[in-house]
Amino acid sequence: MDYIIETNNITKKYGDFIAVNSVNLKVPNNSVYGILGPNGAGKTTLISMLCTILRPTGGSATVNGYDVVKNAREVRASIGIVFQSRALDDILTGREHLDMHASLYGVPGEIRKKRIDEVLDLIDLGEKADEYTKTYSGGMKRRLEIGRGLVHHPRVLFLDEPTLGLDPQTREKIWEYITKLNQEEDITVLMTTHYMEEADQLCDEVAIINQGKIIKSDSPINLKRELKADTITVKVNKPESFVQKVKTLDYVHKVFEDDSTIKLMVERGENLVPPLVNFANKNGIVVESIELQHPNLEDVFISYTGTSITEGR
Amino acid sequence: MAEIEGIYIIWLREMKRFVRYRSRILTSVVTPLLWLLIFGTGLGSAIRFGGIPGGYQAFIYPGIIGQTILFTSIFSGVSVIIDRQYGFLKEILVAPIARPSIVFGKAIGISTTAVIQGIILLLLSFVVGVQMTPLIFIASILLMIPISVGLAGVGLLIASFTDSMEGFNLIMSFVVLPIFLLSGALFPVTGLPNFLQVTVYLDPLTYGVDALRHIILGQGAIPLHISVIVILVFAVVMVFLSALMFSKKEQELM
Ligand SMILES: Nc1ncnc2c1ncn2[C@@H]1O[C@H](COP(=O)(O)OP(=O)(O)OP(=O)(O)O)[C@@H](O)[C@H]1O
Ligand SMILES: [Mg+2]
Repeated sequence: MDYIIETNNITKKYGDFIAVNSVNLKVPNNSVYGILGPNGAGKTTLISMLCTILRPTGGSATVNGYDVVKNAREVRASIGIVFQSRALDDILTGREHLDMHASLYGVPGEIRKKRIDEVLDLIDLGEKADEYTKTYSGGMKRRLEIGRGLVHHPRVLFLDEPTLGLDPQTREKIWEYITKLNQEEDITVLMTTHYMEEADQLCDEVAIINQGKIIKSDSPINLKRELKADTITVKVNKPESFVQKVKTLDYVHKVFEDDSTIKLMVERGENLVPPLVNFANKNGIVVESIELQHPNLEDVFISYTGTSITEGR
Repeated sequence: MAEIEGIYIIWLREMKRFVRYRSRILTSVVTPLLWLLIFGTGLGSAIRFGGIPGGYQAFIYPGIIGQTILFTSIFSGVSVIIDRQYGFLKEILVAPIARPSIVFGKAIGISTTAVIQGIILLLLSFVVGVQMTPLIFIASILLMIPISVGLAGVGLLIASFTDSMEGFNLIMSFVVLPIFLLSGALFPVTGLPNFLQVTVYLDPLTYGVDALRHIILGQGAIPLHISVIVILVFAVVMVFLSALMFSKKEQELM
C-alpha cells in the first residue's frame, strides 16, 4: 500500500507540556483521513508540523515522500492548506486571492486562468468571486479558502476544522464539496475535526487523538464494529416465547425487553437479520418489524477515552 | 522565474492595497502640505532664514518629502504585523517561495507607494515656490527609491521582532519620530551641540534629506556622493537584515 503521509514518533513539546506525543500516522494515498479529537487534543499542532509551520521537537514525518524538516520547500509545493483560523485579505477579491496563490505556487501563466475558473466553478462563488472578501459570509470565506488550497493541484490538502463555526446547512455544503473534490481530483485530504458526524460521513479512515496521543485509527465502520455493539430492534407477535428462544443463540450477547419491542445486542448485525427472521419463522413466530442500528463514533470515542468528546473541552 | 513571479505578486498586492485604501493616499498628501503651509509659514515668519530663495518653507520642503517617505515606508513595513494577526502572512509564508523574495517583494512594493507620494509632492513644488526641472525631478525620484527601500527594511525588521500592534506607539515614539526629528528635515544639521551632532549623523534619513536638499535646492551640508553611498549601503543592509530575520524566524512568524 502506498502512503502519502507517514509520521514516525512525531512529537511537539512546549516546555514540559507535550502537545503531540509520539504520533505514528500512515495516511493512504487518495484517501480522506480524519483526525478526530476534542479541543486541545493536539490536532492543529500535529497538522502544523506536517505543513512545515511548526518544527517537531522529536520524531520525523514525510509528506509526499519529502521530510517535513529537511525538505520543507518540496513539502510546501506538494500541499494545500486551509488553516483553522481565517487567512484572507479583506481588501482583495476572491479571484485575486486565487491568482495570488497561483503565482506564489508557480502555476504556469498559460493554465492559470483556466485553473482558477475551474476552482471558482467548484466552490460556487458565482458573482461574489469579483467582490472583496470582506463582503463574504463565513461559508463563502471557507469555500474560498478550500478552493485556494486546490489551485496548484496539491497532492495533499490539509483542512484544519473545515466547518468549525458554520451553521448546519453550510456545513453540509462543505461536506459535499469535500466529497466531490475527493472524487474529481487526484488528491488526499487530511482533515481535523471534533464533529463525530463529520468524521463518520467523510473519512475513509479516522485517527482518534486525545491529549496528544493517537488512541486508535481505523475506518469508521471498523471502529464502530470493534465495539461489538450493534443493536437489532425486533417486533414480534409472541414476544415472550421469542425472548426465551433467542437467548439460546450464541451470536446474541444480550437481550432487552421494552414493552412490545425487543432489543438484541450483537456483532456485525447486518449479517444477522436474515437468520433471525428465519429462526423466528421456524419457531412459529411472526416478525412484524426488524431494524438494525450501528453504534456511532461518539460511542467509540467514549469507549476509548472514557469521556465524551464535548466534555473534553 | 517562479521567484520573480512571487516577488511581482507581493508587489502587486501592495499596490492594490495602496490604491484601495483611498483615505490613505489623501492623508499622505494632505499631511505634508499642512506641514509646509502651516509649520513652514509660521516658523518661517518667526525666524530669519537667509541664504535660500523661498526661505524656511523651501528649506524644509525636501525634509517634508523625506518625512512622507519615512512614515509611509516604516508603517507599511510594520503592517506585516497586521497581516500576521489576520493570518494572511501564514498563507504567504507557507508557499514554496524563498523568504528573501517575500521580503524583497514587500520592500519594493512599499517603496513604490512611497515614491508615488514623493512624486505628488514634487509636482506640488510651486506651492512653496521651488523651481522644478525635469532633471531635478528624475534625480529626486532616483534618490527616493533607495531611501524608501531602506526604511521599508527597517519597518519589516521591526515587524519580525514584534507580535502585536500594541507596540505601535512604542515604534512611533522610539523609532519614527526620532528618525524624523534628527534627520535635519526641520533644521540645518551644521553647528549643533556635540551630542546632537553625533546622533544626527547616525540617522540614515539625515543623508536622504541632505541629498534631496542638494538636488532640489542646490545646497547641502554633506557632500552629495557621500550621502548617496550611505543611502545605498543602508538600503542594501536593511533589506538583507530583514530577509535574514524572516528566514531565521519564519517559524515564529507563521
Ligand atoms: N504556542 C504554544 N505554547 C504552549 N502551548 C501550546 C501552544 N500552542 C498550543 N499549545 C497547547 O497544545 C495543546 C494542543 O493544541 P492544539 O491547538 O493543537 O489543539 P487542537 O486539537 O487543535 O484544539 P482545537 O480543537 O481547540 O483547535 C493545547 O493544550 C494548547 O494549549
Ligand atoms: Mg485546532
